[in-house]
Amino acid sequence: MSSEPVAVVGIGQTKHVAARRDVSMAGLVREAAQRALTDAELTWADIDAVVIGKAPDFFEGVMMPELYLADALGAVGKPMLRVHTAGSVGGSTALVATNLVRSRVHATVLTLAYEKQSESNAMWGLSLPIPFQQPLLAGAGGFFAPHVRAYMRRSGAPDTVGSLVAYKDRRNALKNPYAHLHEHDITLEKVQASPMLWDPIRYSETCPSSDGAVAMVLTDRAGAARSPRPPAWLHGGAMRSEPTLFAGKDAVSPKAGQDCAADVYRQAGIADPRRDIDAVEMYVPFSWYEPMWLENLGFAAEGEGWKLTEAGVTELDGDLPVNMSGGVLSTNPIGASGMIRFAEAALQVRGLAGEHQVDGARRVLGHAYGGGSQFFSMWLVGSEPPTS
Amino acid sequence: MTREIAVVAFAQTDHRRTSDELSEVEMLMPVLHEVLDRTGLKTSDIGFTCSGSSDYLAGRAFSFTLALDGVGAWPPISESHVEMDGAWALYEAWTKLLTGDADTALVYAYGKSSPGSVRDVLTRQLDPYYVAPLWPDSVALAALQAQALIDAGYTDEPALAAVAARSRADAQANSHAQLRGSVPHGDYVVHPLRTGDCPPIGDGAAAVILAAGERARELCERPAWIRGIDHRIEAHSLGVRELTDSPSTRLAAEKAGVFERPVDTAELHAPFTSQEVVLRNALQLDDDVHVNPSGGALAANPIMAAGLIRIGEAAARIHRGESDRALAHATSGPCLQQNLVAVLEGEPRHVQ
Repeated sequence: MSSEPVAVVGIGQTKHVAARRDVSMAGLVREAAQRALTDAELTWADIDAVVIGKAPDFFEGVMMPELYLADALGAVGKPMLRVHTAGSVGGSTALVATNLVRSRVHATVLTLAYEKQSESNAMWGLSLPIPFQQPLLAGAGGFFAPHVRAYMRRSGAPDTVGSLVAYKDRRNALKNPYAHLHEHDITLEKVQASPMLWDPIRYSETCPSSDGAVAMVLTDRAGAARSPRPPAWLHGGAMRSEPTLFAGKDAVSPKAGQDCAADVYRQAGIADPRRDIDAVEMYVPFSWYEPMWLENLGFAAEGEGWKLTEAGVTELDGDLPVNMSGGVLSTNPIGASGMIRFAEAALQVRGLAGEHQVDGARRVLGHAYGGGSQFFSMWLVGSEPPTS
Repeated sequence: MTREIAVVAFAQTDHRRTSDELSEVEMLMPVLHEVLDRTGLKTSDIGFTCSGSSDYLAGRAFSFTLALDGVGAWPPISESHVEMDGAWALYEAWTKLLTGDADTALVYAYGKSSPGSVRDVLTRQLDPYYVAPLWPDSVALAALQAQALIDAGYTDEPALAAVAARSRADAQANSHAQLRGSVPHGDYVVHPLRTGDCPPIGDGAAAVILAAGERARELCERPAWIRGIDHRIEAHSLGVRELTDSPSTRLAAEKAGVFERPVDTAELHAPFTSQEVVLRNALQLDDDVHVNPSGGALAANPIMAAGLIRIGEAAARIHRGESDRALAHATSGPCLQQNLVAVLEGEPRHVQ
């Protein structure tokens, strides 16, 4: 039995900023959804179902906010699902939405992810202690810094690599009108001189806290045929999870990430990701995760990822551009960050990425991860429909 | 063309007022083992796993991540989570099996209401700018709905008391139920709802295994085939809804095929007696339909699992040969805002 091909025909984002005090949560998500519908030249009535995702409810202090957001997303009288898979949620949400189309349960689905971090304090939301369990150590940076150290020790990477990633991503963000950080006076020296937060992670190598939302319209083959602009086609998508804490876990290169990528490549017929994939939107909340994920995703051999970064391969005009949009380092509405990666990958293969477009991008990977590097979701989209 | 998918196993905890001595993972583990044992499957045999729970009940962000450790997700598994009742996790798993990506799915849900005041916690579900700051609690909102029903002549307090009495009497046969046997109708909690009209507050977990086609027949003597499943949501604000009706339930039932043929059993997720009145009407249930033979949510209402339990209880009756065509319903949100309806059928018994 073959599943229905899925096409992305509409994409909408808000301009991501530190605080959107001019809109409610409902107003924020409505803005992104309306832009996705406008891109697809569809109306609310064309949407059969809504799939929404965000990171923990504690980040805004609203329990199960899909209930409150039903009206704003035109979901009244429709099915509405709410996905939550930690930091990978934006990617997972898009994949759950694709399954509604792939299974032919619905023809056209709106999927959306958001975070309005200014309503609360994510650091506090992440640090609620409960008895007898290991706390996440004052936000995400404290949890991930030791794994970066482990990577540096294992790979022998020089300690300059992290700042190269941050410098690149912040420059790329200048070409993306929706990116949160637009640091026009950025220099490599400024990144390297920024304060050390969680050694070896410096202030300018971390993601900001953003308010923002992203939405996509997914549809079947018939819907794609009616699309006014080029669709992006789903060639492969997968999720993988592994336990948070156990003795066999490799926190530098988790097996769940490797398995997830392998599944996507199998579905998409990718034999050699370095050769067959044109660009990557990767979930890099701390700069060092670019070389780490390059290895985890099979773009470089173990211990070699940093060499691609250092050689400029991942620059916007490099051989394998990574985070053309500026990435999570420039824009981080947490629950939306994964879906922004998926949406930016789709924009690239549609040829609609504007100033940060990669010429000839035909197959692009969108990647997200979450929890203690235990949840992964990825999709590979292409400019042509899948052949099988 | 469409794959046939069935519920092939169901397990649940004994639901209890408190479970202080257990973590969520410890509460869930026996249920996971039990549901896997029923089919002989191991975690590594399962094609897709999906769960439902709420961080707000746990009082902690990412509470579901630790439950995953209990599943034993190694080697890594294909897995997802909805911040909703487990009934919607089952819906996500059902669509995943329909795509052909997997042949089996493990679905679980759990909730511990005991650590906090669940009436206060549920106020955090409301519009955060205009309504939640007033802290209107879940019983007060249900009481508004109940009074609207009484004012419209759809029911009265003795009729609601009869619903409570029937549920508690039926729960006597359910060893997992938190409240069993006759209980006094009680004093008013919020007029017109009395103690007996309200669900108990409790902790519990449940798990289901789904399987597609022939795999279902291998794993279960009489699979409970999902003939249809659909869910719909309504506006959030109570001021724009007709509280005496549930159009979302009716629409979901229509899409799930409920009205094509009569059902013999209905497991309704009606935490308040008055909500059973609304649902019976929306679902056009005749008096000869056996409603909530498990005792329903009035006998045990572990939040986030109670909807999945309705599907599990309906399926278990089919497994045991006590039902041929059953309806299962789950709800979410204040005053039945979001509703899921599934139709489950066993194969005709003369074929076996």
